[in-house]
Amino acid sequence: MSQETFKYPGLNLGAGHSKDDDAVQTTMFGFWVFLMSDAILFGMVFATYVTSVHATAGGPGPKDLYDINSVFIETLLLLASSFTFGMASLALKYKHSAPRLVTWLIVTLLLGAAFLGFETHDFLTMFAKGGSPERSGFLSAFFDLVPLHGLHVTGASIWLVCMIGQIARYGLDTRTKLGIMRLALFWHFLDIVWIAIFTVVYLAGLT
Amino acid sequence: MSADDIFQHPLGRLQWSSLPFWNMVHHPTTENLINGSIGGFAASLVVIGAVVTFALITRYRKWRVLWEWVTSVDHKKIGIMYIVIAFVMMARAVIEAWLMRLQQADGLHGGFLSPDHFAQLFSTHGTIMIFFMAMPFLIGIINYVMPQQIGARDVSFPVLNSISLGLTAAGAALVMVSLVLGKFSTGGWFGYPPYTEANFSTGVGPDYWIWALMLSGLGSTFTGINFAVTVYKERCPGMKLMHMPLFTWTALVTSIMMIFAMPPLTVAMAQLALDRYLGFHFFTNALGGNMMNFANLFWLFGHPEVYILIMPSFGIYSEVASTFSGKALFGYRSLVMATMAIAILSFTVWLHHYFTMGQSANINAVFGIASMLIGIPTGVKIYDWMLTMFRGRVRFTVPMVYLIGFILLFVLGGMTGILLANPSIDYQVHNTVFLVAHFHNVIIPGVLFGLIAGYHLWFPKAFGFRLNERWGMISALCWIFGFMLAFFPLYVLGLMGLPRRSVAYAQPAYVPLEIVAFVGAVVLVVALLALLWQLCTSIRDRDENRVFAGDPWDGRSLEWANAAPAPEYNFAVIPVVKGRDAFSTAKEEGTAFNRPAAYTDIELPKNSAMGPIIAATGFLLAFGLVWHIWWLVIVSFVAAIASMIIRGFARDTTRIISADEVRKEHQHWLDAVARATAVSRAVETGSANTGLAQHEANGASP
Repeated sequence: MSQETFKYPGLNLGAGHSKDDDAVQTTMFGFWVFLMSDAILFGMVFATYVTSVHATAGGPGPKDLYDINSVFIETLLLLASSFTFGMASLALKYKHSAPRLVTWLIVTLLLGAAFLGFETHDFLTMFAKGGSPERSGFLSAFFDLVPLHGLHVTGASIWLVCMIGQIARYGLDTRTKLGIMRLALFWHFLDIVWIAIFTVVYLAGLT
Repeated sequence: MSADDIFQHPLGRLQWSSLPFWNMVHHPTTENLINGSIGGFAASLVVIGAVVTFALITRYRKWRVLWEWVTSVDHKKIGIMYIVIAFVMMARAVIEAWLMRLQQADGLHGGFLSPDHFAQLFSTHGTIMIFFMAMPFLIGIINYVMPQQIGARDVSFPVLNSISLGLTAAGAALVMVSLVLGKFSTGGWFGYPPYTEANFSTGVGPDYWIWALMLSGLGSTFTGINFAVTVYKERCPGMKLMHMPLFTWTALVTSIMMIFAMPPLTVAMAQLALDRYLGFHFFTNALGGNMMNFANLFWLFGHPEVYILIMPSFGIYSEVASTFSGKALFGYRSLVMATMAIAILSFTVWLHHYFTMGQSANINAVFGIASMLIGIPTGVKIYDWMLTMFRGRVRFTVPMVYLIGFILLFVLGGMTGILLANPSIDYQVHNTVFLVAHFHNVIIPGVLFGLIAGYHLWFPKAFGFRLNERWGMISALCWIFGFMLAFFPLYVLGLMGLPRRSVAYAQPAYVPLEIVAFVGAVVLVVALLALLWQLCTSIRDRDENRVFAGDPWDGRSLEWANAAPAPEYNFAVIPVVKGRDAFSTAKEEGTAFNRPAAYTDIELPKNSAMGPIIAATGFLLAFGLVWHIWWLVIVSFVAAIASMIIRGFARDTTRIISADEVRKEHQHWLDAVARATAVSRAVETGSANTGLAQHEANGASP
């Protein structure tokens, strides 16, 4: 373990996957660059939110609309899903085991779906309280930022289903390994974005 | 959007009255007749152009060839297709510019265009020139040249490259369709809300603009990622970063800027779309909207964007200066550092686009000083290019003429930029044609001359024959002098107080200068025609100008160490380099045309239909959104996603070119090189030049 050289940032496939490990280098680097660009995208939307947080135009504000209990559950679900995806990556790296990998992926998917369910419920509750995006600049910014993350999670979930399909069809070939590796990065990235949302939107909004 | 809606309005907002001549037929006033005729003529050009292209392809049975091209993932073919888009769009935008100058020359009497028509002209002119002329042109040249300069077989993600091209093409097609159906935005190329919001611009115009920019912006983001990864990961053995040709450096910097600068544009466009389509309040006047967020987001993209445009041209000028002076580039290290410095500074000056929009004097001062600072690294570059020419054996080829025109004119444009960077001066000339003169003065000599110089420099590499020198020279001189005539008067007019985008004016003193500017516009149209005519004559005379041996200009970097045109895998054997100017070194050591001991099989990506599929679905999706044809939006969105999922299941995506085939092709070229006579630089523009150069040793002529 101690002599392992890293060919790209993050969890490497390592020497046990000699041929594949070389093949994924460039693609993994490219995906990191993509994440950087995606991070800028979120950064801009965060900036919009922060500058609009007081633009409630007489409508409901954060304290009237946010439900910290529900958001806390969502946070736990998403953090747990990151952990289970980590287990999936380890199953790929050390066990070379498709069934084990797929099991962890399915657990991850279920956690992700549960997160999306809770989030949708939050939005509907907000709508019911008169907190819809056309009410104010603040709500527009909220519904730009938080659902953007939700859309990313939805996309990642669809991707996850496709990866399970690819594993079923081809087993653990280079391309599926590569897909799992990138999806893992994406999933953890979305987790980090959520932590920022939890802090900047919900905690800051409710204090 | 209920099911009822879909059946009652299957074409959404699209109606007969969306056709450009409809208004003219139903309300035949003089003004409507003139504007309708111009619009109808332009629309029919688009339609006739499409029909003729379709007919010719069918007539000559070229559909298969076309399919081979559009599905190709070869960076060289993709680069050429980008440049074709750029030329088509340039033709339209130059004609629009000419029309606007004609209108203003007659502006004292109100001219002949309606204000609405005039506003569409300046909006499409700006949008096209930035997003669908300059961007595809520079991306095309980088695509073609950069992988060859670093000794690579292709970019890192060839299919993504084809998809980026598809997205750009879809955006360009959307702008072209806006000539035929409906009207384009009247909000200028940066489309400030609240004017572009739904309650002030009710039509489809801003929607065309939003989705065209969204498509091309997405394409550029992917291109940036692709190029940056290529430069970092695909360099041939021995090529350290500080060994890269300067053009590759600028390609890298441009890519990094694309990665960082495109997301703000995407966000601004998405938020404006949410405002227009779903009643959000990002930039509206009421209910907490804040237009300044748009200004910040847009210029946070917009300012780096102008450096994205100019960096590759700076790279091209570096190559031109050293190639056509027969000298290694002067101050390579300082040029690299200046390039990086400009890239970083470019993200710190965006606020100078709206000094007058209400922030405090201190903030204006900070951004003003930051803007002036950019003059320093840019000045370093100008000196480096001049010192490269100093004591070199300068040859007055077409690219060199562009370089000299650039140095003289760009310094002037830079000076007026420093003036504008001073907020107190900016207050005086803000939104006058002084500004229009300034940014054309940096963009035309800076960006456009560079790209055309690059087109002349690398055309023989791409197609195997040189361009006609005489028509190239005529075109270059027309661009240079036409530019001066068209834009120098605008400086004076700006100081006299003429606001930009004026459809008419009441000040007789403007007229003489406006007429001079119009003459300049005519000369610029001639320049474009000369450029197109040059292409035609060059194709006609191609057999006398063949340069198959591949090195017509005594080139210095690796892209010349190959046949012209290069084989699809670029290098039969991946080169190994030791330093800068790798091909010059090889020529001096006599190793440039060595026959390798052995060849190996080469693995290349197969053609992929992803590019055209994304182009088609992207275009239809955007078209559906513009016209509120919701079923089309859903269908094309689902089709796009499905195609990506299916592509994920593809496995058999590469093909092998056998070592034998590679050997045959390589030996064929080496034999041609062995037969060719090396020519001196004195006759390089004549038919004696078959692409083998007598190498001139580095340094000054005695």
